[in-house]
Formats: sequence, structure tokens, C-alpha cells
Amino acid sequence: MDTLQRLSENMQKGNADQVARLTQQAIDEGCEPKTILDDALVGGMAVVGEKFKKHEIFLPHVLLAAKAMHAGMDLLKPLLVKDGIPTIGKVVTGTVQGDLHDIGKNLVGIMLKGAGFDVIDLGRDVSPEKFLDAAVSEKANVIGMSALLTTTMPVMKKVIALAHERNVRNQLKFIVGGAPMSKEYAQEIGADAYCYDAVSAVESVKRFMGAH
Amino acid sequence: MRRVIDISAEQIAPTVEELLNQQGVPPGAVHDEPTLRAAREAIALWGHLSQPMGIFAEIAIHDFAQVYIGDGRNEPETPLPNIYQRADALALFAVTVGHDIEQEIRRLFETNEFPLGAMLDAAASVSAENAADIVQDKVQKHLSVIGRWDRSKGIMPFSPGYCGWHVSGQRALFDTLHPEEIGIELSDSYLMQPLKSISGLLVAGPRDIFQFDDDFPFCSECATHSCRERIMSIIENQPKADTRWE
Ligand code: B1M
Repeated sequence: MDTLQRLSENMQKGNADQVARLTQQAIDEGCEPKTILDDALVGGMAVVGEKFKKHEIFLPHVLLAAKAMHAGMDLLKPLLVKDGIPTIGKVVTGTVQGDLHDIGKNLVGIMLKGAGFDVIDLGRDVSPEKFLDAAVSEKANVIGMSALLTTTMPVMKKVIALAHERNVRNQLKFIVGGAPMSKEYAQEIGADAYCYDAVSAVESVKRFMGAH
Repeated sequence: MRRVIDISAEQIAPTVEELLNQQGVPPGAVHDEPTLRAAREAIALWGHLSQPMGIFAEIAIHDFAQVYIGDGRNEPETPLPNIYQRADALALFAVTVGHDIEQEIRRLFETNEFPLGAMLDAAASVSAENAADIVQDKVQKHLSVIGRWDRSKGIMPFSPGYCGWHVSGQRALFDTLHPEEIGIELSDSYLMQPLKSISGLLVAGPRDIFQFDDDFPFCSECATHSCRERIMSIIENQPKADTRWE
């Protein structure tokens, strides 16, 4: 079994130490960082995501794999930056102003990173201005907003309205999610997709970026 | 009667099964060793970090009627008025497991310790619910002592944000109960801090007052319909042989 295959399998099992060791081994063997990332890590996380979707594995296992992936990413990231490899897409995420729930938003970020996207996490209690400023300065493709209370959901509408006001709505896609959200509400506020969970968030962003 | 309750961590400690269940793992699923290790580690960490506290205050039916109106944003028809108006006793309550645990959860996610972070988050959520159960027990005991509750009766919690009681109802609840005394603050967006906190009303009274059908318009948006189970447990639970509260 070659190094990349073993790397992918160890990542899927959540063996972080082995992932760090095998990533270094693959680098030492002269493998392109982008190939290691795409074939072993992102490829491995795609398998994990698929199993999660089919309820063959559950959240704790996905998170073990994600932690293992980061052990490899930590070694690859400087090399990818040095090689000037562009990411397949950039997503700015945050929990909207007035809301401090962030576990769901964190899980979405973890899964997006697992799919190879660059994620700029603005944290919690994020104002419409902060979302837009970050998306523009980071040249992001997507803004992902999370809200867990009906009282904070309306902030999402304000963010999209501000994007119109600043004439950047056409450059950005908006995904929204969180327990009290619905497809109807997402449509009503003019978002591009309502994401029921982290897997559907990845699917939406992939669709927007034309990646499969 | 208003009382602050110092809850001990042992009383509300979550189990490994509860942690996994909270994260969507179905009962009976086989767990690998790293998952179990993370769960056990989270429970140990939770034991060091949780600072559970509770508070309750009895409230008269006519006073609660004002609290329930709140900012006037409740659904037009809700089950609670028909229940609390027939109650023998009512008590507002709030519980929290404190700030420290929340900070640690955030730190774990920021340092890529996702499995442990998610386990600790689940532990905090489960233990907050367990803390609410402890307060319910205390209220039940208090009502028994003063002769307003016996084993033929039931007691059930209701919270703003559920069953048509708008989440903004927490403002009036806070203005009456003052959970600030146990470190809980309510923001303008009706979010409690620490996050792992619960507020609500405990209703004590004849078992049959708790019965209602889940056919209100808002019930179609409810993912769990957990009211069914709660009502069943009150209706079906025959008075226990023990006399714990008497
Ligand atoms: C960017 O793109 C995207 C894409 C997808 C995105 C996304 C962004 N963001 C999320 N997603 C999606 O993907 C994620 C991963 O799959 C998911 O993220 P979630 O964040 O939803 O999922 C997390 C990973 C796990 N989910 C959670 O952690 C929340 C689960 C539920 C059951 C829940 C829990 C556990 C808790 N709660 Co409460 N709680 C509920 C929740 C109901 C539910 N079914 O979701 C909700 C959020 N709570 C509610 C309420 C009312 C409350 N809670 C309260 C308390 C609690 C507990 C302490 C018991 C506990 C922990 C709270 C916490 N979050 O830390 C109170 C408030 C607490 C506070 N601090 O203010 C209290 C106000 C009750 C009270 N009066 O005490 C409701 C809000 C309703 C409303 N009107 O706004 C609620 C929807 C339950 C309900 N009624 O159905 C998806 O939503």
C-alpha cells in the first residue's frame, strides 16, 4: 500500500499521530503538497462525509478524522502557501450579531475545511458590517451565517441587504443554517441556500464553486 | 418563597451514553476506543469546570399571567394558560453550569481538539438539563413540606422558546426571578449567558391538567414533540410507594 493510501486510511480512522508521520513521509518522498492534500486528506474526508451521511459513522468519529486531517494540514499549509496554490474557494463564516451559539457553525467550518475550502471564521456575535468587510477584503466566494434563535435570525437579512447596498451581492453567495431556520425563511431573506446540516453546507458550497 | 440552590457536580454528572446520544449517536451503536476515551476525558474535564447553580421562586397564578404575556409575542393560542390557571402551585426557575466550561469548549475548538470540544459541549448541555431536574425535585420537596404537593399530583417544567411561549418571555421572567444572582445575564436578543443555562416555569397540580394535544399550528415546526413523552410520564406514572417527599 503506498504512502498516500495509508495516509488516507489513517486519517479516516482518526489516527492523528500516524497522519502527521505519513504526511511528512509523503513530503519527504517528493509527493506534491497539493496531491497529498487532494488525494489523501480531502479524498479521505470525502469518504468520512459520505459514511456520516449514510449514518454508518457518527459525529464523534467525524471529528476524530477532522482532528487527524489538521495534523496533516499543519505540515502542508506552509508548503501550499509557498507554492502559491490557490484554494478551491473561500468561505467567511460566523454566528450572527446577538447570538453566541457556535458549535453548529464550528462543525460547518470543520467540514468545509475537510472538503478543501479555505474558511475564515469570524466567530460569534458578528455584525453585518464585519461579515461584509471580511468577505470583501478576503475576496471570499461565500458568506456562511449561523443563528440558533428566532430573535437573531433577522440579522441574516440585514447582512444580505448590506451586500446589495455595497454592490457586492453578485460577487457573493450566501448560505444560512441553524435550528430555527427553514428553506422558506432562507428564500424570504434572499439567501442562496438553506443548509440543514454541515454536510449540506459542503454540498451547497461545492455546487456554487462548480467543484464535485 | 425564593431560594438559591447550590447544586453539586455529582448530582448532575452526565454519562458516556448521554454524551453520545446528545451528539446524535443512536442507542446501541458500537463505539471505538478513541470515541470512548474522548467521552471519558470530557466527563472528567466537565467535573473540574462545571459550576452548577439553580434558583427558584414561587409565583402566584395572577402574577404569572403578567409574566406570561411578556412582550406580547406569544403565539395566539398556546397550551400553557389552560395548564397554569388550573395549577396548585407555580415556580419560576433558572439553572446554569457556569462560564468556565463554555470558555474551555471554545478553546478546544480553536486548538483543533474537536472531538473533546464537542464531547464537553454535549456534557454541558446534558448537565444543564440534569440541573433543571434537580431544581424540579427541590421545588417538589418544598411544596410537599408545605402541604401543596402529594404523590397523586404531577409537576412539569415549561420554558420560553417552547410550545408557543416566545423566547422573549425570558425578559419578564428575569425581571421577576432575577437569576443574575446566580450569574445568569439576559441579552437584548434574549440569549442567556452562560450559554448552558435554562429558564422556565414549574407547574405543580393534578395530573390531568397537563394533558393537551399537539395540534397547535406551531407544533408542525417542532422537531421532537417531546411533550408527548413528558405528558405520558406524568399521566402513567402511578404514585410511587416510597415517601421521599413526605
Ligand atoms: C453557514 O452555514 C451554516 C450551515 C448549516 C448550519 C449553520 C450554518 N449553523 C448551523 N447549521 C446546521 O449545521 C450544524 C451541524 O449539523 C447544525 O448546527 P446546530 O447548532 O443546530 O447543531 C449543533 C451541532 C447541536 N445542536 C445544539 O447544540 C442545539 C440543540 C438544541 C436541542 C438545544 C440545546 C442542546 C440546548 N438548549 Co436550546 N436548544 C435548541 C436546540 C434544538 C435543535 N433541535 O437544534 C434550541 C436552539 N433552544 C431553544 C431554546 C428556546 C432554548 N435553549 C436553551 C438552552 C439549551 C441547553 C442549555 C439545554 C442546551 C445547550 C444550548 C447550547 N446551544 O449550547 C435556552 C437558551 C439558552 C441560552 N443560553 O440563551 C432556551 C431559551 C430555553 C430556555 N428558556 O431556557 C430553541 C430556540 C427557539 C427560538 N425560538 O429561538 C431551540 C431551537 C429548541 C426548540 N425550541 O426547538 C445545523 O443547525
